[in-house]
Amino acid sequence: MSELLFDLSEKNRKGYTLPQRRVPQKETNKLIPNEFIRKQPARLPEVSENEVVRHFIALSRLNHHVDKGFYPLGSCTMKYNPKINENVANSACLKDLHPMQSTRLTQGALALMYELSEYLREIAGMKAVTLQPAAGAHGELVGLMLIRAYHENQGNPRQNILIPDSAHGTNPASVTISGYSAVQVKSNEKGLVDLEDLRSKLDENTAALMLTNPNTLGIFETQIAQINNMLREVGALLYMDGANLNALLGIVRPGDIGVDVLHFNLHKSFSTPHGGGGPGSGPVGVSEKLIDFLPVPKLTKNENEYCWDYDCPKSIGRVHSFYGNFGIMIRAYAYIRMLGSHGLKRVSENAIINANYLMKELESHFQLPFAGPRMHEFVLSGSKQKEQGVSTAEIAKRILDYGFHAPTVYFPLIVREAIMIEPTETESKQTLDRFAACMIDIAKEVENNPEMVKNAPHTTPVSRLDEVRAIRQPDIRYNFDNT
Amino acid sequence: MEIPKELLYTQEHEWILFDDSANTATIGITDYAQGELGDIVFVELPNVGATVKQMDPFGTIEAVKAVSDLFSPVTGEVVEVNSLLQDRPELINQDPYDKGWMIKVKISDSSELNSLMSPEDYKTHIS
Repeated sequence: MSELLFDLSEKNRKGYTLPQRRVPQKETNKLIPNEFIRKQPARLPEVSENEVVRHFIALSRLNHHVDKGFYPLGSCTMKYNPKINENVANSACLKDLHPMQSTRLTQGALALMYELSEYLREIAGMKAVTLQPAAGAHGELVGLMLIRAYHENQGNPRQNILIPDSAHGTNPASVTISGYSAVQVKSNEKGLVDLEDLRSKLDENTAALMLTNPNTLGIFETQIAQINNMLREVGALLYMDGANLNALLGIVRPGDIGVDVLHFNLHKSFSTPHGGGGPGSGPVGVSEKLIDFLPVPKLTKNENEYCWDYDCPKSIGRVHSFYGNFGIMIRAYAYIRMLGSHGLKRVSENAIINANYLMKELESHFQLPFAGPRMHEFVLSGSKQKEQGVSTAEIAKRILDYGFHAPTVYFPLIVREAIMIEPTETESKQTLDRFAACMIDIAKEVENNPEMVKNAPHTTPVSRLDEVRAIRQPDIRYNFDNT
Repeated sequence: MEIPKELLYTQEHEWILFDDSANTATIGITDYAQGELGDIVFVELPNVGATVKQMDPFGTIEAVKAVSDLFSPVTGEVVEVNSLLQDRPELINQDPYDKGWMIKVKISDSSELNSLMSPEDYKTHIS
């Protein structure tokens, strides 16, 4: 493996020159109280500019990323980030703003945020949107807090949130953190919510159903109207996890199918970056009855001026410092403006066509659980290959040898040896064909040369990592004293 | 795949060994379950004295590829916990029916055992 920047460090080497001082020098200890002054200088690597550049370029070549090759993780992880989004976000008039500046000096930024929330509102058919949540899971938590505030206002916060067994793991986690209990609802033989099971678990203690639509199998929940009626009968709300919104842009508006709370993932559906855990952005849209509970401050428009409204007595309060991750909002705004309403619809149409094309290419080589067309993604089962002694994990490793990233594996949990594939709208037919050929090759190898798959990857910078040790004994701190 | 004859099983892939004389039961997960989970890296078990309820989660098991709940085959009080698993969860992979046992429970209602699967039924369940 390559050396760390610390290993490259040479005393007194540097990659910067400070400008000449134009103010009188003052002693640090006259400016900062003694207890806050470092006793030892920070142990930063001392390297020149070209060393830093070469270091990170070398690392990026060892890595796989969406600028380097196709990854079938799709919008589930992050869509391709068009470079113009970066240009817009890096313009000096936006990136040098400070959130403490007065609203008089930041009307442009507020206009951008206001318009972005209006676009999201229109796209999803919701009545109001908050941009504050920091990412998807935070959006879920905020959505659940809104649901609790609504029910508390009705006199009883209720206890349970129902979640289908195909849901993302963040759903039950957010439910638990918000103080509710997660109750699992089964899927039926079509991969949809089992209405009988839903009915048996639905009562006056149910605060909401948390539904992903299309679900994680890539199947649209066609019984949504019936589900909605069942929820209304007991006064429960409908939460929609917007993880799969990439399939619905310009086609279905969640607000029109009765959704009360929806969280968006700007990195999944609106092409913002989300590398290395953030920053992200997870706006939340609500129906009429939840508007009063939205976080403060709310961005409003008075005649010709945008301003912050803190006077919302029923609000759940603030959920993020300042107003959310503004830099990410800029990118989503640029994306929506670049595509327009027709372009956004074509995004979803192409995402759906690409997924179904790949599914047709692969369904005779792998097992395909549940019948029928899919939306923007599909889930294969590697159970046929598992019976021949090769696991999905090994197939995923072999895919790396072909220069692709592996798809999501072993999720959703209701499919054995699951292989979840989401190509997204940006991939060409040629790329899809190359990926299909790779998967078909591997299926043949499982039959004719299984050892090749079981010992993969063969061409990556490192082969099998010790995942157990990585989890149990993580070594994440540079040991200065041993050098 | 090993499915010992002297044990009873749950749909969720736990096994239970009933000791008639002491009215206690030893609980773990099956060979099939450890194989499906893959490398186990962490297991969270209840403390001695805790009560467990039939088919309610009594702990969690974390493998490289997923985290799963552990479901108690019976209702009762935890009387012993396999403390070795704290540092050596891989024992569950290596020896699921012996060194990889998880908890011992004093059973409150032995009729619950009737609702569990026989080795033959469990074999059908996983095939």
